[in-house]
Amino acid sequence: MLRYVVGRLVGTVPVLFGVTLLVFAMTVLTPGDRVVALLGDAAQGLGQAAREELRQELGLDQPLPLQYVQYVSGLVQGDLGRSARSRRPVVAEIRDRLPATVELALAGLAIAVALGVSLGVLAAVRRGSVFDSLAVAVALVGVSVPVFWMGFLLMIVFALELGWLPASGRGTWRHLVLPAVTVGVASAAFIARITRGAVIETLGQDYVRTARSKGLAERRVVLRHALRPAMLPIVTVVGLQLGGLLGGAVLTETVFAWPGVGRLLVDAIVARDLPLVQGCVLVIALLFIGVNLVVDLSYAAINPKVRYG
Amino acid sequence: MRRFRRNRGALLGAVLVALLVGAAVFAPWLADRGPSQQDLRARLQPPSLTHPFGTDEFGRSLYSRVLHGARVSLLTGLIPVVAALVVGSSLGLLAGFFGGRLEGAIMRVMDVLLAFPSLLLALAVVGTLGPGLVNAVIAIAVVEIPQYARLVRSVVLGTREEDYVQAARALGAGNARLMLRHVLPSAIGPIVVQATLGIGFAILAMAGLSFLGLGVQPPTADWGEMLARGRRFLPEATWLMVFPGVAVSLTVLAFNLLGDGLRDALDPRS
Repeated sequence: MLRYVVGRLVGTVPVLFGVTLLVFAMTVLTPGDRVVALLGDAAQGLGQAAREELRQELGLDQPLPLQYVQYVSGLVQGDLGRSARSRRPVVAEIRDRLPATVELALAGLAIAVALGVSLGVLAAVRRGSVFDSLAVAVALVGVSVPVFWMGFLLMIVFALELGWLPASGRGTWRHLVLPAVTVGVASAAFIARITRGAVIETLGQDYVRTARSKGLAERRVVLRHALRPAMLPIVTVVGLQLGGLLGGAVLTETVFAWPGVGRLLVDAIVARDLPLVQGCVLVIALLFIGVNLVVDLSYAAINPKVRYG
Repeated sequence: MRRFRRNRGALLGAVLVALLVGAAVFAPWLADRGPSQQDLRARLQPPSLTHPFGTDEFGRSLYSRVLHGARVSLLTGLIPVVAALVVGSSLGLLAGFFGGRLEGAIMRVMDVLLAFPSLLLALAVVGTLGPGLVNAVIAIAVVEIPQYARLVRSVVLGTREEDYVQAARALGAGNARLMLRHVLPSAIGPIVVQATLGIGFAILAMAGLSFLGLGVQPPTADWGEMLARGRRFLPEATWLMVFPGVAVSLTVLAFNLLGDGLRDALDPRS
C-alpha cells in the first residue's frame, strides 16, 4: 500500500508541473501588452517609458523559462501576485472565497452520492419495473439539463413560489440547500446510471444466489453482497464526476449569488483581471487534483488488485 | 443499422436531432416574426395565442428567438467538435503511429489538459483570450481535443501491428498512406460516437459560457444569452427562463440519446 501511495504521489508531480506551466502561459498567450494585463487599467494610460520600467520591475524582460521559475517560486511561498483591479494579494481574495466553494462542493457531492447510489440500487433491484424505467429516464434527463437552469427552476419553485428556502446568498444551512441540490443533481444522475449497471451485474453472480439460498434477507443480500463489490465502479465514477461538480459549482455560484471562488473567477474574467483569473484557475485545478488523488487512494484501499497490480 | 433501429431511445434522439436541424434551417419561415423585431407596446407579455412563448423586455417574440437560437446552438455545438475532432484525432494518430518521444510529448500535454475540470479549462481559455463567441468556441474545442487524441491513439495502438497493416507496409505503403487508409478507418466508429456526445457537451458548455456573459453576446438570439437576461425579470416573467432552458435541455438530450444509441449499435459486445 505504501508503495502505491508513494508512486501515486510521485505521479502527480508532472501533472502539477504541467498545470502551473499552463497557468503561467496564460500571461504569455493573452493578447495585448502584458504589463496592462497584469496591472489592469492603471497601466493603460502610462507612457512608453513608464511601461518599460514596470516591465523590468515585473521581470517581464527576462527569458520566459526564468520567468516561469520565478512564478513557481512565488507560488511555493504562497505568492500568487496581486489583483489588477483591487490591488489586493490574489491569495487573500481567494482565501476569503474558498470556504464557500468547498462547502458547496462537499454538500453537492454528499447529495450526489446519496441520491445517485440509492436511486441506482432501487432501480437495479426492481429492474424492468415502472420505477426502473422512470429512474433511467430521470438519470438521462438529469445529465442533459444545464446545471444553472436546474438551479433557476429550483429557485423559482422552492424560493419564489413556495417561499420555503432563501433564493440567494450564504449564511444558514437553509441557504445551502438549493445550491447544493443544484450542484449535486447532474452528478447524481451519472452515479445512478453507473450504480444501476454495476448492481445489476453483481446481482447476477453466483455468490449472490448462494447468499439468497442461505435464506438471507433480501435487504442484506443487496447491501452486503451486491452493493459492496459494485462500489468499485461507483467510486471511480464519483472521482470522474468531481470535475463536473466543480464546474457546476462555478455556474451555480452565479445563479444563487454564492460568494465562492467560481463567482470570483467569472467576475475576474469579465473585468480582465488576469492575475486573479490565474489564481482562481490554479486553486480550483489544485483542488481537483488533490481530491482525485484522495479518490485514487481510497480506490486502492477498497480494491487490493489496484494495490498489488 | 438494424440494432440502431431497434433502440427506441436512439430513434427518439435521431428524430429530435432531425427536428432541431429542421427548425434551425427553416427558422425564418416558421417564426411569427424576426428574432430582433421589437414591439415596445407588447413588452414582457406572458405566452398567449399571439405570442406562443411570450415576449421579452423589448417586446421581441420569444418563440422566434428560441427558434433562431437553434441555429446558433447547433453551429456553436458543431464547430468546436469538428475542430477538436480534426486536431485531436491527428495528434492521437501521430502519437499512436510513431510512438516514442513524440507520443510521450503529445500525451503528456493531453494529460495536463485533462487535469482541469472541463468547464474550468474553458474558463481559463476565455480568461486568457477574452470573452466573446469566437474565443468561447476555441475554448470548448481545446477542452474536447484530449478525448479524441486518447481515443484515436488507443485504436491505433490496437491496429498498427495487425497483419493487414503490416502487409500494406510490406507492399511499400508510406506512413501517411498507412495512417490514413489503413489505420484511421478503424477509429471512425468510436470517433462518431464521441463526436455525437461531444456536440451535446459543447452546446451545454456554450450555454453555460453565454449565461455567464462570456460567450454569445447580445443581440444575437442564443439560448444561454436569453437565460442570462431572463433571470433579471424573475420572479414575474418565468416564461423567459422556461422556453430557452427547455430548448437547451431537449437538444442536449437528443444528442445524448443518439450518441448512446450509436455506441450500443457499434459495440459488438451488446
